[in-house]
Amino acid sequence: MAQRIVILGGGTGGTLVANRLRKSLAGEATEIVVVDRDDRHVYQPGLLFVPFGLATVDEIVRSRRAQLHSGIRFIEAEVDHIEVDGDRVILADGTVLEYDTLVVATGAVLQPGETEGLADLGHLRRVHTFYEPNGAAALGAALSAFEGGRLVVNMIDMPIKCPVAPLEFGFLADWYFQERGIRDRVELACVTPLDSAFTKPVASERIGGLLSEKGIELVTEFNTGEVDDAGGRLVSYDGREVAFDLAAVIPLHGGAPFITRSPGLGDAVGFVETDQATLQAKVKPNIFAIGDAAGVPTSKAGSVTHFEGEVLVENLLRHLDGQPLDASFDGHTNCFIETGFHKALLIDFNYDTEPLPGHFPGIAGLPLLKESRLNHLGKLMFQWFYWHVLLPGRDVPGLGSDMPQRGKERVSA
Amino acid sequence: MPTATYAGHDVDVNDEGFFLDPSAWSEEMAPDIAKDAGVDELTDRHWDVIRFMRHEYDEHGAGPTVRVLGKASGVSVKELYQLFPKGPAKLAARIAGIPKPRGCI
Ligand SMILES: Cc1cc2nc3c(=O)[nH]c(=O)nc-3n(C[C@H](O)[C@H](O)[C@H](O)COP(=O)(O)OP(=O)(O)OC[C@H]3O[C@@H](n4cnc5c(N)ncnc54)[C@H](O)[C@@H]3O)c2cc1C
Repeated sequence: MAQRIVILGGGTGGTLVANRLRKSLAGEATEIVVVDRDDRHVYQPGLLFVPFGLATVDEIVRSRRAQLHSGIRFIEAEVDHIEVDGDRVILADGTVLEYDTLVVATGAVLQPGETEGLADLGHLRRVHTFYEPNGAAALGAALSAFEGGRLVVNMIDMPIKCPVAPLEFGFLADWYFQERGIRDRVELACVTPLDSAFTKPVASERIGGLLSEKGIELVTEFNTGEVDDAGGRLVSYDGREVAFDLAAVIPLHGGAPFITRSPGLGDAVGFVETDQATLQAKVKPNIFAIGDAAGVPTSKAGSVTHFEGEVLVENLLRHLDGQPLDASFDGHTNCFIETGFHKALLIDFNYDTEPLPGHFPGIAGLPLLKESRLNHLGKLMFQWFYWHVLLPGRDVPGLGSDMPQRGKERVSA
Repeated sequence: MPTATYAGHDVDVNDEGFFLDPSAWSEEMAPDIAKDAGVDELTDRHWDVIRFMRHEYDEHGAGPTVRVLGKASGVSVKELYQLFPKGPAKLAARIAGIPKPRGCI
């Protein structure tokens, strides 16, 4: 009997899994269905560049449908919940979609309402977020009108998508104000709940060093309890304050709300409880999760989603064949960190190995944990790679899902 | 490897005072650990959190983050900071004898 695979979410993970499955199952009757609420696929890493006038929203949005290979059915609809026991997805208009196998790829949502003072984000005077297109554009307008004062970037708490993006925002702001010739009139600060610039020691030390070289203040262990737009201050739960004239905030993230409405599927903040090696959901063997929606202990990033895709597809096919799952995901993450002035840093790590210096993917590759022009070109190239290689699900020779050990130097912080 | 004495028992802890072996912990040790960590008295509300931490550790093999605590323990984030100043997830994990939350990545 013909099987049906339903994929919820047509963003990075949903698209690449659908395309890879369509190829692997070419010629078979298996039906592949992708559900998403709209037809606007945003290249999210591009959002970082919008506030600085280095990209426009139009340039980073394409049709979702157009990224899906032929032979994949696309349904434009809102998911309401999943009936895990009955193997059914219920859409917001009441339509019932039955599946044999389900892939949850619905990403992460911003939850500004969970922080006092941010419920009206999008309508505040001097607090904006670049984590969604309208906010990124509004921040751009605020930056161009900014003639001096204190600009802070604040990540409220982990997990967030692309945890290096707030740091990149600081680096790009430094460059932006130098270009405008008013850097001496601007104070820059990165405010974080972490105890250092990044979550892993060696990278934290290097990135912390860059921040201080560029005169960007780093405020650590700051757990924001309130953002006071009118008063221009961040207030931490333990009563500390950071003043600002303009703030770029990264709100709390959670899983899509329908996950919480689907009993047994998600954790307390709505990410799917997922086996970190096989990417199978813990609640039932015919459900898999990928990308930001998956509750696995690695970064929420497009690169991670890409590496997960290979493993997930392999395991899903094994599941369909009734074989034991054995493909294994190692938590591989690979991030370019823009540092301004046409330079970038590259970090590469997994569940067990922290980001180390050296070269990627081997000795002759891109420099790791070191500013270079080549890495900046890499970051720019990533956009091309995203639309033309990653989403279509092409394999790249020499760039498998496992983190390469070659080319890495063993050092300690 | 440092050793600490809580409720008359010697236990192995790491440099930051976290238990190396969570099964070496018992409830009677909690008040002594709390004093070491700067929390003078454990109220019923503290105990709600400590027991929740142990439960989460048994279920998931790791301590929860502040956010999960705030959502699932029945104690709000604001109150958590009053009970366990500075870092509720870290401090409560230490008092509950479980490893330091690995934090997110
Ligand atoms: C500012 C910023 C910078 C970033 N920079 C980088 C970077 O440099 N490098 C990198 O690797 N990653 C970066 N990322 C992260 C990267 O974009 C994400 O990790 C990646 O897109 C995750 O893919 P996903 O498929 O899990 O989720 P998404 O691509 O977000 O897709 C989720 C989809 O699910 C749909 N959906 C959700 N709920 C429902 C529902 N109820 N019904 C119907 N549809 C629904 C949404 O519409 C969406 O299309 C960045 C992210 C941001 C915000």
